[in-house]
Amino acid sequence: MPVLTLEGISQEFGGLRALDGVNMVVEEGEIFGIIGPNGAGKTTLFNIITGIYVPSEGDLIFKERRINRMATHNIARLGIGRTFQNIRLFNKLSVLDNVRVGSHGISRSGFFKSLLGLPSMLREEKEIKSRAEELLELVGLYDKKMEYADNLAYGEQRRLEIARALALKPSLLLLDEPAAGMNSGEKVELMKFIEQIRQEMKLTILLVEHDMSLVMTICERIAVLDYGRKIAEGPPEEIKNDERVIQSYLGVGA
Amino acid sequence: MNGLDAAITQYIDPYYLRIMILLGINIILALGLNLITGVTGQLSMGHAGFMSIGAYTSAILSMQFGFSYLMALLAGAAVAAFFGFLIGIPTLRLEGDYLAMVTIGFAEIIRVFFLNFEPGGKAVGLSGIPQHTNFITVWLIALLIIALNTRLLKSRMGRAFYAIRENEIAAASTGIDTTRLKILAFTAGSFLGGLGGGLYSHYMYYINPQDFGFMKSIELLNMVILGGMGSIPGTILGSFILTLAPEMLRIVAEYRLLFYGALLVILMIFRPNGILGDVRIYDLKKRWGRKEVKTCQS
Amino acid sequence: MFWEQLLNGLTLGSTYALIALGYTMVYGIVQLINFAHGEIYMFGAFAGLILVSFFGFNLIAAMLAAMLFCMLLGILVERIAYRPLRGKSSRLSALISAIGVSIFLSTLMALMAGTNTHRYPEVIAHQSYHLGSLDLSLMQILILAVSALLMIGLQFMVQKTRIGKAMRACSQDLDASYLMGINVNRVISFTFAVGSALAAAGGVMVGVYYNAVWPYMGMMAGLKAFAAAVMGGIGSIPGAMIGGLSLGIMEIMGVAYLSSSYKDAIAFGMLILVLLIRPQGLMGQKISKKV
Ligand SMILES: Nc1ncnc2c1ncn2[C@@H]1O[C@H](COP(=O)(O)OP(=O)(O)O)[C@@H](O)[C@H]1O
Ligand SMILES: [Mg+2]
Repeated sequence: MPVLTLEGISQEFGGLRALDGVNMVVEEGEIFGIIGPNGAGKTTLFNIITGIYVPSEGDLIFKERRINRMATHNIARLGIGRTFQNIRLFNKLSVLDNVRVGSHGISRSGFFKSLLGLPSMLREEKEIKSRAEELLELVGLYDKKMEYADNLAYGEQRRLEIARALALKPSLLLLDEPAAGMNSGEKVELMKFIEQIRQEMKLTILLVEHDMSLVMTICERIAVLDYGRKIAEGPPEEIKNDERVIQSYLGVGA
Repeated sequence: MNGLDAAITQYIDPYYLRIMILLGINIILALGLNLITGVTGQLSMGHAGFMSIGAYTSAILSMQFGFSYLMALLAGAAVAAFFGFLIGIPTLRLEGDYLAMVTIGFAEIIRVFFLNFEPGGKAVGLSGIPQHTNFITVWLIALLIIALNTRLLKSRMGRAFYAIRENEIAAASTGIDTTRLKILAFTAGSFLGGLGGGLYSHYMYYINPQDFGFMKSIELLNMVILGGMGSIPGTILGSFILTLAPEMLRIVAEYRLLFYGALLVILMIFRPNGILGDVRIYDLKKRWGRKEVKTCQS
Repeated sequence: MFWEQLLNGLTLGSTYALIALGYTMVYGIVQLINFAHGEIYMFGAFAGLILVSFFGFNLIAAMLAAMLFCMLLGILVERIAYRPLRGKSSRLSALISAIGVSIFLSTLMALMAGTNTHRYPEVIAHQSYHLGSLDLSLMQILILAVSALLMIGLQFMVQKTRIGKAMRACSQDLDASYLMGINVNRVISFTFAVGSALAAAGGVMVGVYYNAVWPYMGMMAGLKAFAAAVMGGIGSIPGAMIGGLSLGIMEIMGVAYLSSSYKDAIAFGMLILVLLIRPQGLMGQKISKKV
């Protein structure tokens, strides 16, 4: 069953066509990679899926529901979590609080309940906290839970962003260049980790990444963007051998 | 309660009593602004406008409509909150300093409105307001507000407010309805502004539109930023310093404001994040803890 | 009647524009609402007053000297109160520092000159010219001409000179400009100097035109000029000009045709209305944030 369907998505910025008629179907449970040179429109695609931009054209369907024009927070509440290429943490909040905020979309206690400290709110607080601590354990940041987020090292910040996204209990997770700035050991760890959370949390994962070996290893299918157009799509072996891909992208490095 | 108040007025010097009452009122006002600017990060430079709405509304209700003290206070706060809500809806979509400008403009419009408002005595102001506010009422309410604020900021809602300040887009991506929560923070903050205004008018006996001018808004903003943005102890400390500073600076008589201005500059240069800006009890504990470990080892 | 009011509005508006330019230029580069800017304008008015009354300067010479004085004052303020904060603190602490300077300067002047209103001696002939049915006073002509000249000069400087290009680069991206080898501190000082000079010119002319100079004149004028800058689209130089002119015209028209007791509210009411319709201001660019 398709989890996410993009139909003819286009995005204009002024005169620039950052995305041009992109079609894509992401199936449940798969790890779907998106690659392409800088400026190809990968991040823009994520921003459209999460409602930060409204696409100039096209339709966006999540689990049989049209979500273009839906507000970012409502899309998140449907179960789409994400990380950001240029890390966006809540810098002056503790690591623990960053993850606790992550569960905002799936918790209920409102303003007056919070003021009054009703039992149901206290119960929820406990749940939020213990789940946040579990997630921090999972990404290996439990010991730093009281640090300010901006005191973490770069790699730790990336992991914290993932933990925050997972706190939403998403069914679809968007990762924007999660391995950027990591050394090869950390990258191997990250791959294992992505595989693990997919299994344990029954996730569908959409992954933007520059590291070819990482993408080729863990993605079941890959789409290639170039100047806002999708120029190829298929399993890793196919992509590796695709003429156009080699010319416009892989060729650069090879 | 009346007995207690009598005892207090008997044993505490009226001058200090007055300062303490004003401090309590300032804490309530500043905590309201802290919620908007310090916690949620929406720069408001017109808090005195909401204060004046509360001050006038409650004064007129208790003078002319026979409202009880408490009802008048609540009504004043509610009207201020309502205006906060009304202003909030369209303006909180504006970014940063545009919002600041609109809040300045709104407060100025309110001030000019009261300058021309017949029931409020126009430019002459309103006098003969019953002096219901005393040490006990102010501090009971202030402590209650501090407690509620503390609880709020430690809750899911409070964390969401901070998240909006820290990174609005990331906040929305976790499911936070940023617009709604900004309006909520603005409304709640205006409520406290109105409440503080009501306490003020029922203490001062006499109010006048110039009491609630731009400088008053700035003074309140200073309290929030000076102590440490978003921190409740910081806001209380800021209120304390800036309520006392003018009194302490009385020794320098007419140079008072000169020192006040210089003090703001110097404090910002040496403590740019506010006095308690990055200070957390957790870190203090950790530091003390480490010291102990060190002494054990050496 | 209408044309007369329009003329009055233009006169008032061009002084708002002169002050607004300082706000907008500084904001464009360091994203600081320079709350002390109104006080610089006030100091300009006093400097002119002193030079004219005690040193026998003529109006133009006094204005030039006041501009020079305020340039130095602006640079000094930036050095002492803003530069130490730059880069290591939030914009709000810089704002508080600016408020501190503003309080300091207005109190300083109140201590030196007293809180009374001072008047300029007669420095310009009470002469008026007729343009059809329109009455133009010499001072109005002077204000309009000087403002136009200064604004054209500013536009030329920003567009055509080296330092102007550096200013534009800095307002695009301060960090990148620094990396490209632009002396960012020098550009910022220069921006404060130019903005302060324009405010001083405004201060002297307003002082003469309304025949009133007092230590707290900077506050309301500063607020309104800031409103004008925001209305025009903060950061935009043509925006500040247009914002200032339209604010002046609206204020005069509001007083003439609606009510004078709401004078100060009209400017802010219009500002709020404009922002609700065009959140980025009249001339501001709509920026879609990159994520
Ligand atoms: N908010 C925006 N306004 C204008 N242009 C944008 C905006 N966001 C992205 N772009 C442009 O769209 C193109 C695609 O950018 P992006 O999606 O970030 O690329 P990628 O993530 O593939 O490197 C780039 O040319 C970028 O400059
Ligand atoms: Mg990208």
